[in-house]
Amino acid sequence: MSVQTDKVQWSARVRESAEKNLPPSQLLPDEQPVYVHSWIYVFGALSIAAFGVVLASGLWLSLEGPTWWHTSSVGLFVNSLHLWSAELFFFFMVIHLWGKFWMAAWRGNRSMTWVTGSVAFLASIGTAFTGYLSQQNFASQWIASQGKDGLNAAGVGAFFNVLNFGQMLMWHIVLFPLVVGALIVMHVLLVRKHGVVPPYPAEGQDEFDTGPEAVVDVQRRTGGEGGAS
Amino acid sequence: MSTAAARFAKARKRDHRHLEAWTGGYRPYDLVKELVVAVAVVVVLTAILAALFSSPDDQPVTLARWARADAKDFTTAALSELNGSSDTAQYGPPYNSTPGAAQKIGPLSLQTLAGVRIPIDAAHDLVLQPLQSVAGDNPDLQTALSQYRSASPSQQNAWTDAYGKALSSATVSGGQLQVPPGDYGPVAVIMASELALARSGGLDGALLATKQFYQTDYTKPILFISDGSYFGNLASSHNLLGEQWGMMNETGNWPGQPWLWLYTFWYQIPPFASSGNADALIWGIMALLSVILVLVPFIPGVRSIPKWIPIYKLVWRDYYRGLASR
Repeated sequence: MSVQTDKVQWSARVRESAEKNLPPSQLLPDEQPVYVHSWIYVFGALSIAAFGVVLASGLWLSLEGPTWWHTSSVGLFVNSLHLWSAELFFFFMVIHLWGKFWMAAWRGNRSMTWVTGSVAFLASIGTAFTGYLSQQNFASQWIASQGKDGLNAAGVGAFFNVLNFGQMLMWHIVLFPLVVGALIVMHVLLVRKHGVVPPYPAEGQDEFDTGPEAVVDVQRRTGGEGGAS
Repeated sequence: MSTAAARFAKARKRDHRHLEAWTGGYRPYDLVKELVVAVAVVVVLTAILAALFSSPDDQPVTLARWARADAKDFTTAALSELNGSSDTAQYGPPYNSTPGAAQKIGPLSLQTLAGVRIPIDAAHDLVLQPLQSVAGDNPDLQTALSQYRSASPSQQNAWTDAYGKALSSATVSGGQLQVPPGDYGPVAVIMASELALARSGGLDGALLATKQFYQTDYTKPILFISDGSYFGNLASSHNLLGEQWGMMNETGNWPGQPWLWLYTFWYQIPPFASSGNADALIWGIMALLSVILVLVPFIPGVRSIPKWIPIYKLVWRDYYRGLASR
């Protein structure tokens, strides 16, 4: 394959872009800046882990169909796994979101990281809402009855009918998970591309102090004379 | 460019460079291990919570259950569907085009703009048509339905008004509604047949029936059930009403959707608590707040809040302590 061909080929361009923006060492690094040293950083991973458990328990429920958990003790337990993992998912995600807000994590060309994360949070609310509508019990009836008024008043209910169980189930198990999953993947890739946002400069510090140890670290990491690429 | 402006531009460029690519120190950090441990922790925690607390599953309300439990309330709701006074009959878009029913934000009514896309004729769809579908072997019901349909609107109203007044003194005996004698025309037969159909479970199926065999759209039965008091009273006993922060609650003591707290909050305070346009206004507010949340990085002032309230010093306290000790 000639170099000339590579320059015009879509596949080559995609590969080169991926290599440029997300080289393996950046996609899965084995070190982080020294300031990444707080429990708050764990909540991003916990959110992803909880999302994984939500997906796994949801897939388990989907194997047997939407009515299984009403008639089977195993089904009830799997439904409980789904419920509690969803509660944990939101718990971790809200802490993660507030943590990132107070760290102003959008600084340094990281706006899209914040945007994808916050849209994922809003889409997750829609996912959970349609899940509650798909329970086929009294709670889902009541939530549908109450929820329709807000959606109808906003003009949304004419297209997104919360009283239509079939429509809500499809949104819950197909459309919303696809959207949330895609947003989480984009969010994580953006985090890896731009790295974790550095702290605000300390008082009296006019730029980020690398310090002598830092220079050594950077030299070790880059194999050069310092200064990350 | 003035000296000050040049200095500012230089500092801004330098800060931006450092923000984008950290040139300081690094420390080992095992992301894969962190994720695996996180998954393990969440799996264990979820399993413990599921085993200890399970999940709620209160029986749904069917039209049959309602009619058997409270025949009078069911018949009152059915009469309101027939005479067009129910919430469903007067709802407006997307179910019907009742004048002035749609909610507005100022002069703007998104509810009206969306149009009537799920048409519901309460009298026809919830009472007359279901009864017609089972009237084949019931001459009295056939006659009653024909008589009601061929009567003038004023005559229909006279019958339903009279029956409605009589309902207040009706009694229930053996599951049958005993209404004092009066001039109700065909309405007495229609209401008795509707109650009987509901108690048999037939109305639950009739309201789902379409040309297809498989059904998934419960719009009609839920709207009908919502028009009675029985459904709301059950919800009230579960603390699910709007004034009880209902949208975010779950039946029993299980956590519901606490992430909806802000949406539910607006319904508890004036002017929304008593506004006829509360839903539209609150959805407008929540849409605006959602946009603000997403666009925080681009909104001057809002994006500076973390700098003014330095909670970040807690997060990065080790880093700042390290700087201070040098």
